[in-house]
Amino acid sequence: MKINDVILHTITKLVVFIILTFGVELFLSGHNNPGGGFIGGLVLSSALVLLFLVYDIETVEKGIPLDFKKVAALGVLFAVGTGFGAVLFGAEFLTQTFGKFNLPVFGETELATVTLFEVGVALTVVGTVVTIILSISEDV
Amino acid sequence: MLTITMAIFIPFLAAILVPFIYKWKPRMIGWFVLIVPLVLFAGLARFIPTVASGKTMVNTIQWIPSANIHFTTYLDGLSIIFGLLITGVGSLVILYSIYYLSSRESLSHFYVYLLMFMGAMLGVVFSDNMMVLYVFWELTSISSFLLIAFWYHRKQSRYGAQKSMLITVSGGVAMLAGFIMLYAMTGSFSIRENIAMIGEVTDHSLFIPAMILVLLGAFTKSAQFPFHIWLPDAMEAPTPVSAYLHSATMVKAGIYLVARFTGVFGGDAVWFYTVSIVGVFTLFWGSFNAVRQMDLKALLAYSTISQLGLVMSLFGLGSAALNSGYSENSVFYAQATFAALFHLVNHSTFKGALFMVVGIVDLNAGTRDVRRLGGLMSLMPVTFTIALIGSFSMAGLPPFNGFLSKEMFFEAMVAVRHLEFFSIGSWGTLFPVLAWLGSVFTFIYSMIIVFQTFFGEHQPDRLDREAHEAPVGMLIAPSILGLLVVAIFFFPNVIGDYLLRPAMAAVYPSLPQIGQAMDPIKIWHGPNMALWMTVGVIIVGFLLYISLNYWRSLYKIGPLRWNLDSVYNGTLTMVERGSTLLTNTYMTGYLRHYLVYIFGFFLLTVAGTMFIVGGFTFDFSNDAPITVNEYILVFVMMVAGIVMIFVSSRVTAILLNGVLGYSIALFFVVFRAPDLALTQIVVETVTTALFLLCFYFLPKMKKEKVVRASKVTNGIIAILAGTLVTVIALAVQGNKMFDSISSYFENAYELTGGKNIVNTILGDFRAFDTMLEVVVLFIAGIGVYTLIKLKARKEGRDVED
Repeated sequence: MKINDVILHTITKLVVFIILTFGVELFLSGHNNPGGGFIGGLVLSSALVLLFLVYDIETVEKGIPLDFKKVAALGVLFAVGTGFGAVLFGAEFLTQTFGKFNLPVFGETELATVTLFEVGVALTVVGTVVTIILSISEDV
Repeated sequence: MLTITMAIFIPFLAAILVPFIYKWKPRMIGWFVLIVPLVLFAGLARFIPTVASGKTMVNTIQWIPSANIHFTTYLDGLSIIFGLLITGVGSLVILYSIYYLSSRESLSHFYVYLLMFMGAMLGVVFSDNMMVLYVFWELTSISSFLLIAFWYHRKQSRYGAQKSMLITVSGGVAMLAGFIMLYAMTGSFSIRENIAMIGEVTDHSLFIPAMILVLLGAFTKSAQFPFHIWLPDAMEAPTPVSAYLHSATMVKAGIYLVARFTGVFGGDAVWFYTVSIVGVFTLFWGSFNAVRQMDLKALLAYSTISQLGLVMSLFGLGSAALNSGYSENSVFYAQATFAALFHLVNHSTFKGALFMVVGIVDLNAGTRDVRRLGGLMSLMPVTFTIALIGSFSMAGLPPFNGFLSKEMFFEAMVAVRHLEFFSIGSWGTLFPVLAWLGSVFTFIYSMIIVFQTFFGEHQPDRLDREAHEAPVGMLIAPSILGLLVVAIFFFPNVIGDYLLRPAMAAVYPSLPQIGQAMDPIKIWHGPNMALWMTVGVIIVGFLLYISLNYWRSLYKIGPLRWNLDSVYNGTLTMVERGSTLLTNTYMTGYLRHYLVYIFGFFLLTVAGTMFIVGGFTFDFSNDAPITVNEYILVFVMMVAGIVMIFVSSRVTAILLNGVLGYSIALFFVVFRAPDLALTQIVVETVTTALFLLCFYFLPKMKKEKVVRASKVTNGIIAILAGTLVTVIALAVQGNKMFDSISSYFENAYELTGGKNIVNTILGDFRAFDTMLEVVVLFIAGIGVYTLIKLKARKEGRDVED
């Protein structure tokens, strides 16, 4: 379904980047503020859904040549894999840890392994949502 | 240094790599896979001296500590025998399969399944935790299902795969129930801890049920009567699979289970009788039925059934040693277990070789039907030699290893008569009689394999192919097994001292010295009862074999034709018909009917339970005051809800639904739950978009002509469901049944370094839930994709109906 609407197109181009940035921000701030993998992933996928609605699927696929099924699978592997990561260090499955590090630009930053787990969650959410929407819309 | 935990996982890791290697070098795939069992075999073999000196190794990885489930691997005399069989026979089978399977077959699937199976089998024999054992146990069923159905375009393959799966998996589920009962009695899933504690609970009312359920698992897996019917059908698998799964390993998982749980249940009369009687009857029934088979592979299948029965009965008899403490008597009965372990090893060698021989005959002569075969001796000399060694060993003739273990078997059977407990009385005589009869038939079918295939007149016109000797590579694996058969006969005590004695200590954990008390295995043990029985077997067997054509028609007589297969088939058809009938009545195809069922059920159970337990008590004293904002939101939602019932366009209904969703998000904002509000808004946006997408293409909503009565019913159910949910929500406030769990999360910042408590719960405290949710989400996505995209994409291969 192709909607020929210049205003919509122009605004979408702008808005999509705002949403994507917002999604990333939500994802990163998740540990201390509202946000996290699930919401971040959902926001990212809503940006993609908007793109699919405004432009047609082929155009978007040309711009973002990702197989979203694989993105989702990668996400699941990531989430489960980080769980096993803990086992390698002799801890229980899915144990998370954190520490404060001095990074060049950011100064003292807290890094937590839970972020890796959340990456998995976010990827799965993006992959699954987009897969479902694409499957349904392509079916018609 | 190879640890046992690694040994279990290596095959699985290799299985993941197989498809990539297959893409890279499709013809070499078998050789790459061969490395895995070889390395594992060598690694395990290095532990033999350690284990032989009486040491055991335990390694625990915490898995689900809250449920007492740990990934504990345990290496002792018993598990190492099985480990060596799995990897050793596994190596030979893979070597054989390289030559057996043509490169046109989907080799990558084959080896993935085979490696999966190998890993699962290693998991079964090395796990100490019963839950972990169960997981691997069912995994062996699943991977063997895939292997049996490898040629899935054949109807018989699919039938056999389904049959083996149904029978072994139901046995496995019974076993799981037995494990849970054991847990209820002893509070531990660890087999070793159970063995240590079981003495205190033998009077428990669950003791016998748990035993029977565990035995069901063992009997279904190792094809004991009456569950043996799946094994002959499983012969539809490629021959390497039959050699591996159905002679050397999978079917022996049941034997392993019985041996392992002898420490738990042994010494009880029910265990003794069930295991030994089922075993000895299976021995007789299997060998009796093997004689009437015309297909060599089917013959071997029945022979495996009977040999497994033999081993099983010996373990049953041997369990008597645990009845009283360590004494001369217990050593006497434990001889049976010693014989069982010995025969287990011997059976793997000669049966593995025989299966491979049959595969060679099948491949190079084009048939396995004994009526069409004959005179292959001069055409296939090497194959003939191996077949001779294997069959004579199976028949229990010297100088082959089967002779030694069969003599020990006879001795044990004769010894049963002298048992003075469990009020066995004169019934004990039944054991040697059935055992002897079984051995006579064993002798007959062993002769059939050799003489009807390789002697007599060669009839080239009755064969599909011109018979010739197999390529050298294909002969290596069976030759090694054949050599072992002979080598074990001449040096039986190498195995006896290094493997069987340590294993005895594992079977009788309460009598650690029993293994050392065993006499060494003697090739010549003097003219005793057992030897006379063997002589009798040879004479009677020989006479019956010559007169085979005269009495074979006996099998066609009434009661002997009755078989369990028709019972199985009948039950299956009945279940299918019944469930179709049931499903057709409630699966009307109308979503609204399903909703009526779901809500009706929900109303009945939840409201009923609440009513019975007196859950409808209300307490509003602690509730916060309701603000104006909240009143407005509720009002908006109610209006949207009510209007939705009366709108006639789909798009309007979807938008109204969206209003509900966004209002809930606003509620979260009002209640200061920004995370939830965010999630709700985004989810609502995405689902609304999804709805619009779907509904855009649907035809205009038609005014449905609904019967008034059903409209009223729907209305009543809807109102009741709504009321119930509201009432429950209110009642929850008034019932403080459990302590708040919030204290658990209070020091979240110190524990996780995260200030957002919602996310620390999701990612740190309850990460397991989150992980599974992610997996479920993924499965749902893939489900939608496959439902829509993969519409009956026909494969090139023809599939029989």
